[in-house]
Amino acid sequence: MSSSIRASDSELGGGPGEARAELALEHGWLETLGRSVGRQPMFVAGAIVLALIVLAGALAPVWWTGDPLQMKPDRRLLRPSAARWFGTDHFGRDVYTRTIYGTRVSLAVGTAVALASLLLGGALGLVIGFSRRLDRIAMRVMDGLMAIPSILLALALMALMKASVRNVIVALLIPEIPRVARLVRASVLSLREHLMVEGARALGVGTPRILLRYMLPALVAPLVVQGTYICASAILFEAYLSFLGAGTPPVIPSWGNIMAEGRAYVQLAFWIILFPGLFLAATVLAINLVGDGLRDILDVR
Amino acid sequence: MLTEVLRRLMATVPVMVVVAIAVFGLLHVTPGDPAVIIAGDYATAEDVARIRGRLGLDRPFLTQVEIWLSNVAHGDLGTSIFSGLPVTTLIRQRAEATVSLTVLAMLISIGLGVPLGVLAAWKKGSSLDRVVMVLAVSGFSMPVFWLGFILVYVFAISVPWLPVQGYQPLASGVWPCLRHLILPAVTLSVVYMALIARMTRASMLGVLGEDYIRTAFAKGLTPGGVLVRHALKNASLPVVTIIGIGFALLIGGAVVTESVFALPGLGRLTVDAIVRRDYPVIQGVILVVSAVYVLINVVVDLLYVVLDPRIRF
Repeated sequence: MSSSIRASDSELGGGPGEARAELALEHGWLETLGRSVGRQPMFVAGAIVLALIVLAGALAPVWWTGDPLQMKPDRRLLRPSAARWFGTDHFGRDVYTRTIYGTRVSLAVGTAVALASLLLGGALGLVIGFSRRLDRIAMRVMDGLMAIPSILLALALMALMKASVRNVIVALLIPEIPRVARLVRASVLSLREHLMVEGARALGVGTPRILLRYMLPALVAPLVVQGTYICASAILFEAYLSFLGAGTPPVIPSWGNIMAEGRAYVQLAFWIILFPGLFLAATVLAINLVGDGLRDILDVR
Repeated sequence: MLTEVLRRLMATVPVMVVVAIAVFGLLHVTPGDPAVIIAGDYATAEDVARIRGRLGLDRPFLTQVEIWLSNVAHGDLGTSIFSGLPVTTLIRQRAEATVSLTVLAMLISIGLGVPLGVLAAWKKGSSLDRVVMVLAVSGFSMPVFWLGFILVYVFAISVPWLPVQGYQPLASGVWPCLRHLILPAVTLSVVYMALIARMTRASMLGVLGEDYIRTAFAKGLTPGGVLVRHALKNASLPVVTIIGIGFALLIGGAVVTESVFALPGLGRLTVDAIVRRDYPVIQGVILVVSAVYVLINVVVDLLYVVLDPRIRF
């Protein structure tokens, strides 16, 4: 998935991010933060677009939408107009309403996959990074899992599970876990040699405490950045799975399955594909811009 | 060098064993009886029993893994439940469309992505640089199938220059084949191109600050010569790496692109197999595609030596 590619992109620059937050503290962190955000117009633009999209999805019933499932056979394949902004589909359902409601699935899947993969992959990475015996075998397994292109692994998982939003989350989550684990493990390995960890050890601090109090804080910044990229690619991949008919079931409108249903009418009613796709592209772009911005602001290499 | 090639190839064996076990194991770790899942919602008890027997699902798990691995090692990927044909035959039939699609997309992405990245780095901070970077971020965020439909709408429906969908095998002539592949390949190449352009720019920026580049300019070499011979050569390692790693992205995109353009490739084979719950086909395709991915990255590793003589095995 894209996140692994980004990870390797940043790995090229050197080791993982260190505890730079301490430096910022001395200069008044709010001021420092404000200044570095001000230097990132793309980050601000991405954050604004993302906020609008979150609002659109969260308050979907407010935005002059109707019932996303209501069919009106006498109003099939109508062009976009003042009354129906994004037109109607082949069942006479309002594409605008469905697109706004589709926001919910995408955001839910993106957030859930990002959080769960950080949590599970992070925990796994911490354990592997600290146990030399486990390391060799675990990394072999991780390398093997990462050799399977994510989309194919997710498709195979969906083939074996019932189509539901929860299963889409699981299917997209599993390919991400080894990638996060690998990132965290690499960070732990280099942090292990860090003076503060050595010092703590000399003072008799136990391993669990070192992991939680000394390593986890230093891992927060790279994981936050990684999380945004995972979120972006999960949203994209949910749409791919739904488009291929192996994702969100048709009774729940999602950008992917709205477009999948519209594909038969490309020549007649292009708007069924155009608008959900615009939302999808804008959302993924906004999250990627936020991720790039965070990477610079938090100074994750 | 030859021993190194062999050593690298040997190193892929454990990875491929893990892939083979993982793909096979999926069937067993997902909740529910695998035979029931594969048989589908409308199957009778006999159907389930027949599938269980045919796939050997009634044997102990470790025995099943052993048989599967030994079959794979002998080049036998099982038989399709739906068509009854060997999976290897199905894969061979569908390989051409996917290979020609991905190769063409790769050529387009590298051919455009690398020069764009080089130019952006050379003119850092200029409007050209900004345009390339904006295109790179947007390209990376682009839903592949949506872009495909947009291109179809513009270049096949509004202006009927190119076919809407379908495929002509290479055997029917280069142009008919290419004509059907232009839109899919452009669609597929955008994400990969964005990735390559971005990486090329980042890597070039690191190199262009070096003293020897200033020296090269100072002794009066042309910008083109300095950029390509001095800078790009030294900046190429990360670019080659991302080309290897990004191949996974290209494969994922190919599955979706083939669906949009109705290309009879491996992606379509997989999607059809998923609808029919034809698990032997799914696991066969995944195994083969992963093997290709691993091999491409072995080639990338070996390319390092060619590109950077300081790296020795």
